[in-house]
Parts: sequence; C-alpha cells; structure tokens
Amino acid sequence: MTELNNDWQTICHEDDLITHSGVCALLTNDEQIAIFKVNDTEVYSIGNWDPAGKANVLYRGIIGDHKNELYVASPLYKQRFSLNSGQCLDDDSLSVNCYPTRIYQKQVQILTSAA
Amino acid sequence: MKSQTSTSIKQKIVVVGNGMVGHHFVEQLSKNDTFNITVLSAESRLAYDRVHLSEYFGGKTADDLALTTPENYLALGVNFKLDAKVSQIDKDAKVVTTENGDTYAYDKLVLATGSYPFVPPIPGNEREHCLVYRTIDDLDAIQASANKGKVGVVVGGGLLGLEAANALKQLGLETHVVEFAPQLMGVQLDKSGGQLLRSMIEELGVTVHTEKATNIITDGQSSVHRMEFADGSYLETDLILFSAGIRPFDNLAREFDLAIGERGGIVVDNFCKTSDDNIYAIGECALWNNFIYGLVAPGYNMAKTAASHITGGELQFTGADMSTKLKLMGVEVGSIGDAHAKTAGAQCYIYENQPDNIYKKIVVSQDGKTLLGAVLVGDTSEYDSLLQYALNGIELPKSPDALILPSSSGEKPTLGVDALPDSATICSCLNVTKGDIIAAINCGAVDVGEVKSATKASTGCGGCTALLKNVTDNELAKRGVEVSTDICQHFAYSRTELFHIVKAEKIKSFTDLINKHGNEHSKLGCEICKPAVGSILSSVWNDYILQNDHLPLQDTNDTYLGNMQKDGTYSVVPRMPGGEITPDKLIVIGEIAKEYNLYTKITGGQRIDLFGARIDQLPAIWERLIAAGMETGHAYGKSLRTVKSCVGSTWCRYGVQDSMTMAIFLENRYKGLRSPHKIKFAVSGCTRECAEAQSKDIGIIATENGWNLYVSGNGGMKPRHGDLFATDLDDETLVKYIDRYLMFYVRTADRLQRTSVWLEGLEGGLEYMKSVVIDDHLQVCNELEKQMADVIATYQCEWKTTIESPEQLKRFRQFVNSTAVDENIEFVTEREQIRPARDTEKTYQAVNYSNANTHIHSIEVTS
Repeated sequence: MTELNNDWQTICHEDDLITHSGVCALLTNDEQIAIFKVNDTEVYSIGNWDPAGKANVLYRGIIGDHKNELYVASPLYKQRFSLNSGQCLDDDSLSVNCYPTRIYQKQVQILTSAA
Repeated sequence: MKSQTSTSIKQKIVVVGNGMVGHHFVEQLSKNDTFNITVLSAESRLAYDRVHLSEYFGGKTADDLALTTPENYLALGVNFKLDAKVSQIDKDAKVVTTENGDTYAYDKLVLATGSYPFVPPIPGNEREHCLVYRTIDDLDAIQASANKGKVGVVVGGGLLGLEAANALKQLGLETHVVEFAPQLMGVQLDKSGGQLLRSMIEELGVTVHTEKATNIITDGQSSVHRMEFADGSYLETDLILFSAGIRPFDNLAREFDLAIGERGGIVVDNFCKTSDDNIYAIGECALWNNFIYGLVAPGYNMAKTAASHITGGELQFTGADMSTKLKLMGVEVGSIGDAHAKTAGAQCYIYENQPDNIYKKIVVSQDGKTLLGAVLVGDTSEYDSLLQYALNGIELPKSPDALILPSSSGEKPTLGVDALPDSATICSCLNVTKGDIIAAINCGAVDVGEVKSATKASTGCGGCTALLKNVTDNELAKRGVEVSTDICQHFAYSRTELFHIVKAEKIKSFTDLINKHGNEHSKLGCEICKPAVGSILSSVWNDYILQNDHLPLQDTNDTYLGNMQKDGTYSVVPRMPGGEITPDKLIVIGEIAKEYNLYTKITGGQRIDLFGARIDQLPAIWERLIAAGMETGHAYGKSLRTVKSCVGSTWCRYGVQDSMTMAIFLENRYKGLRSPHKIKFAVSGCTRECAEAQSKDIGIIATENGWNLYVSGNGGMKPRHGDLFATDLDDETLVKYIDRYLMFYVRTADRLQRTSVWLEGLEGGLEYMKSVVIDDHLQVCNELEKQMADVIATYQCEWKTTIESPEQLKRFRQFVNSTAVDENIEFVTEREQIRPARDTEKTYQAVNYSNANTHIHSIEVTS
C-alpha cells in the first residue's frame, strides 16, 4: 500500500457510525455513499443508490452474511449487495460502487482517488 | 408476420358463445397459430367469471370479473363480435348467419351457447321485479329492484338458489328461499344434511320455506307481489328471483337438425362432437351420456377435449366427478359421489354434533373397503382426504367411521399420501396429478415453492395447499432429502423453536441467541433471521425496539418507524383507535400535512396516512403529533394495525351493542404487540356487518346477547372469511379468548404467516384451536394470558421514546456530513397534491462512476 494519507477523504467521526447498521454520507462530487460498521472492527462503503429500486436507500438495509460474503439487503426490494465488491448477489447485471474505508484517528475515511 | 405454414390457408374456427367454457376453448386453441378463430357472442361483453358472480354485490366490478379483454383477444389473434346472436346454421355450406344478417364461414363450428335459468310456468312470472340470476345484466336488474324494495324471495333451494339468496342478503333485503322439495340442496345433500344447512342458514337471517308450490303471483298488499302457495299460505315480497335449475341453450341445434336429447341438450360423443362431423358442442349446452354438467370444471374439460380433437389430439371426455365443496353464507358444505347411498348394498356411517352444528356421513361399499360418497355440513375439513379415497378407490381403514369422528375420540387415521396413485388429482383447479408433482421433483424441484412454480399446483383456489405440501415433503423424504423447517442458514431451528428458546433461557439479545444457538460458521445473521428474532424478543420482553442491540435487527420500516415508499420517503400514520378522531386532532394533522406538503389519504383501516415525509422530517412531525395527544399507529410494524369499527348502538338505529367502545378498548389493549405478521381487527355493532369483521384476523360481530367472535379471516392476496369461533360472549370472555388466541399465534406461527394460513396449517384446524383456547386442552391458557398481560403493561409509544432520545434523533438524517437533502426525492402535483415524480419526469441523475473498484478490503480500526 503506497497511498498517502491525503488521498483519504475524511467523512465523519467514528461515533457517527452505528454498529451493524448503516449511515449515509455525501461526497464532494455529490455521490451518496452508504457506510457500514460490522463487529466494531470493520467498516465498508458502497454507493447508496439502489440500482434495482432506483432510490438512495442502501444505507437503510439489513446487514447479513451468506457463505462468508458480507452484504446489505436493499430495504426496497431485498436485493443483496456485497460489501466487499458492490456486486449484487441476486442479479449479475447489477452492481454499485465500492470504496476502501478505514477509521483513522477516530475519523472515518474513504479512498476516493480510486474512483 | 408469422412465417408461412405448409397449409397456406388457416382453418376457420367459429365459436358461438363466449361464456367461461367458450372462452376456455379459445384460450386452448389460440395456443396453436394454424387456426383463424372467430368468436360470436350474443352478450354485450366478453367472457367473465360467472362462478363468482355474487361478488359483484360485494364490490367487484364487471371489469374485476372479466376473464379477458378486447386487447387480449386481439393479441391472441382472435376475432370477435359482440351482440352477435347466431340465428342460422347452414351445415352443408358451412356458414353461420347472425341476426343482423352477417355471415361467417367455418371449417369447424363450436357451440358453447351455455344454458338459461328455468323459470317455472307460474302465472304472474312475467311481472316487473321477477328476475333471474345468470348474467351481469341480470345483476344490474336485481340491484335496481332491490333498491326499491325491502323483501326478496329466491325460488329454488339448490346450490345456485342459495348463492342467489346470499346475494339478496348482501343487498340488505329481508331474504326468503322457497323450495318445492322437502329439503335444501337435494341433489348434493341427504335429508339430515339438508336440515342442518337449513337451520344454520335460518340462524343467519334467511327464512326457508320448503314443500311450497307457487300457484300464482299477484299484487301484494304490503309489498309489490304476493306469492300464493298450493297449501293456502302466501308470502309477500318486492322481488322474486327464479333459480330453479338450468336448461341448455340448444335452440340452434334443434332448428338446424343436430341430434338433441329427450329432455334437451345437444348430444355429443367422447370428443364433444355433435351428430355433424364439423360441429362440436361444449359446456352446459352439451349432453354427454344423457347428462348435462352444470359445473365449470367439466365444461373446461370439454373445451380441452374439443380443442384437442380439432388439432388432431386424442383427448376424450369420459364424464366428470360432481363432488363439491363450498361455503354458503359462511356455512361449509361438502358432497362427494353417491351422497344418497343409492349404490346397492351401500352402508353409511353418520356423525352428528348438534351443539356445534356439524353433520357428517360417509357411504361405503358393501364390503366396507371403498368410499362411495359423503355428505359434510358445518365442517368440511375432511373433504380433501375423503375425496382422494373416493376418486382413487383407496382401501378404507378397518373402522372407516374414524375418518369423520372428532380427533379427541382417538387417533385419527391419516391418509398416507404414499397410498395415492400417480394419477390422483392433487390440484383440481389446474388439473395437477401426483405424477406431475413427482415429475417436477425428478426435474430438480426441492421444495413446495419450486413444485408450485413448475406445476402451477395450488395457484388456483389454494385449497390443496396442505395436500400439496404433504405429497411434496413425502416424495422429498423418500429421496433422502431432509425437509428443513429451519428459519434460515444461521439457525437450525424453526421460528416456534426459537421462541421457546428465547423464553425458556431468558435470552434478551440477538447476539446472545446466535452465540449460544446459531450455526458454527456465522455470527452475523441475515435479513430473514434478524427481523424474526427482533419480533420474538419484542413479543417476549417488549423492550424498546430501537435500543442499541435491537436496532440492527429491524426492517427499515421499524428502524425509522415509518413505511418506506418507493422513493425512500416515509409515510406517517398516527393511531386512531376505532377510526375515532376529534376535530382538534384532525386540524393538527391537516396543519402538519400542509406545512410539510404531505400527500394525504384515508387508509382502508379508518385512519389517515401522510405520504412523502423525508427521513429528516420525521422527528419534527411526530413531535407535533405527540404534543397534540396522538401516538404511533404501528403502520410500519408486524403488529396490531387497526381495529375497524362502525358506530354501533351509540348512533346507529340498528346497532345492538356499543361496537365503538369495544373497538377502542381492543385497539388500546393490543397496540404495540409484535407478532409474526400484521394483525387486523374489526368490530361490527350488528349483523349487517358494516365493519367487515369477517375479513379480519380477529372479527367481532355484536348480537342481542353479546359478541360473536370470528378468527383468521383475511383480505389481501388470498381473501378468506373468518371462522366463527364462539358465540354470544360477554365482554370478559371475549377479551380472554382474544388474549389466548393472539398469544398462541405469536408463539407458534411461522415468520410472515398471517393468522389465516397459520390456522389452515394447524393439524386439527379450527376444532383444535377451540380445544386450546376454550377448553385449555394444552393447559397453557394461564401462561398465554399472563404473557399478554406483560406485553400490555409494558407498552410504550415508540415515537415518544425516540423523540426524547438525542442519540436516536441523530439517526434521522440523510447524511452524516451534510444537511443537504436527497435530490432524488422529487415531486410533481396531481389533483392538488404531491406525488413522486416518475423516471421520465425527474431531473436527478444518480452520480455513479463506471470504474467501480472491485478489489477492496476493509481496514481495521486504528487509533
């Protein structure tokens, strides 16, 4: 890993996250992302736009796991999206963006240079 | 354009009549595009569902009853002419002519002209308001007459007559049935069965007169007509409906020399072909083996047979089983085979339970080995297995009477599905046999759902659901497939088992439960088990559902205490117990709706729904509602929704009890109770049933002496009338039974199982439920009542708790890092209110970069 600290965009404070649930943040380019905290130790970010339900709602879904794949189930029509890849597990043709995420000095940060 | 076939000209098929059977024929034949089909109908509309005609008075429209549309026929390439009554057939030239002179050439002609109601030749039968019950036009005429009158009479106490009587009752008329024979439904029922049916129908407010021959209909004194009977008595009425049997519409065949039966009907052979090789007859106009079938299923089989023969197939019609199971005004009636024990040497077993209004009889062969027939009144739960015995000649157990005796009198022999031959029909609506189900399983179906979608079994009336599951599970088990009742891959337990674990081990969180009882590989859960466990924890402990460890379990509706709409906004529904609301509260709701520009609509449950609230607006809206004295309506929860009510004896001239006070009491008692699925109640103040209680999970109808309790009714996708559970209850007993019933449901139902499906799936059904709730057969009633008392004592308004918690309020925002709003939420104005903009009306485009990363890792917390 060679990325510099300033490639990471700070989004919010760690305390803004909710364990085993999601919140939503607005990036500078107006993209909405859903951020999930799992087991107090892991954080994940994917696009908040639900391409099946066509609404900005993925952060309000339930987190689950299936054969070791972590996912969020859309609150609208229940399609499951991998938190590790953004791929929809129920429909190959659907996927959402996915960003590296970390908690650094109590700040939640995502690596947007990857986008 | 379709590619040219080798025969350059399509065969011309003309179908006369567009009833249910004629339409079924068209559907069958249009699958094959080598035919040019023309439908000629004398009616002004295309085919509609005559079987459910009476629902026209229950609110269904002609469109709801329609079986097809002009667009649909056009899409199938079917030509059709309405108001086109055929008046001539030229068999040699193969041409038919309609009344207005149009001619249609045919290669094959199919007569599906149906039947007409027989009107007995009584002087005066042509008077105004003397009607029949057959077409939608008839129903319009009945409605018009009923609006002007108070009393209605149905002449004829057969199956159709009683359905017509139900229709008159629904229209609010004082209803009488006049029957010539000594009993009702003489074809299907024996004397005792007919007697019981009569007394039950009379209890429902329909007066039955048997052995009455009408001599003449003349002017009445208090009503429009007076019917004078042969025995010297008379009856006055405003409306007379003749339902005294059907006669085949065979006049075309008569006039143009097709063979006709002695008492009417167009004679057909096993291919449904008439005496002319190019003419077929199907449905109620056809006479097969000297018999006219007045039911839709044999008609459909004739349609299939004729279509098969025209396309070169070999299907034959060889008669049909006339067994029937139905509900007449809520009374269950079943009749199988030789109901009257006419077979030589036949012997009967009879079970009669007068207090509970149940009569059952089976007719068995002389050697006692085969079932010949049955009559069931008041309880048809054994109908399906009895029918299988009769149709498949399955050998009866040693004491066949055990098949109809109540289960409490000993172990009931269950019909092993293994004993059914592959040819046994499991789903009679869609004609699916056991062999079809086995074939689907051999092709890879591994559960009931997959068998259903492969065979379409149980997608008609759904009556065979339990049998289908039985056959499927049995076949799977034979193949060594373990039939899993596990809730999901995270727990090797059913919902009921999890409920007992939570209660017995006093488990208070999902984490605890999955750590102690979850499967090895996962400790996270999924969208199936999390909400189910959330609901169980709530039913047992009733903690605040959004406290930290419960929050991630809830579906989004519960998480944000509102119903999410398609655009991600929520709807807001304050509780209005019994639909009662003060003007002051109404004004507050109006002011809030105006200020936040919310779309406002009255719900089916007698309350008000405010749509289009953004997530960040919810707390402020609720703060105002709560300040005005309102509380959450749990419209978002799998929990008690509403108790619908009429005003009852407080205002209504007809009310016999104070349904309003009872409804409000019950809604406040059970509000907040989390359950496997939503629960709806209704309370009606009299037998007119304005609150539609029989379509609710819990329905209560006032009587002169107290309350009648109905359970497990349902509207929605698969409507079901509630079953009468107990009668003339006092307030205290009523509440006691509901406490027990609901808590037993909460404990033992599957996730997302409504009370209707739950009851139908319980072995022993309604009688078993009664033994648990009324007789305390399982000795759990104290516990059930105590648990309900705990839930009631710990009720809280979730919205009140939420707006008082700064920590909770933090969650009600679209963005953690911005106060911007979600720009995808766009509204347009329609009928002076907002509605979500459609895709084509939107200006918003989701920011969505195409070079999405796929190789991503999460990074551990560093501090």
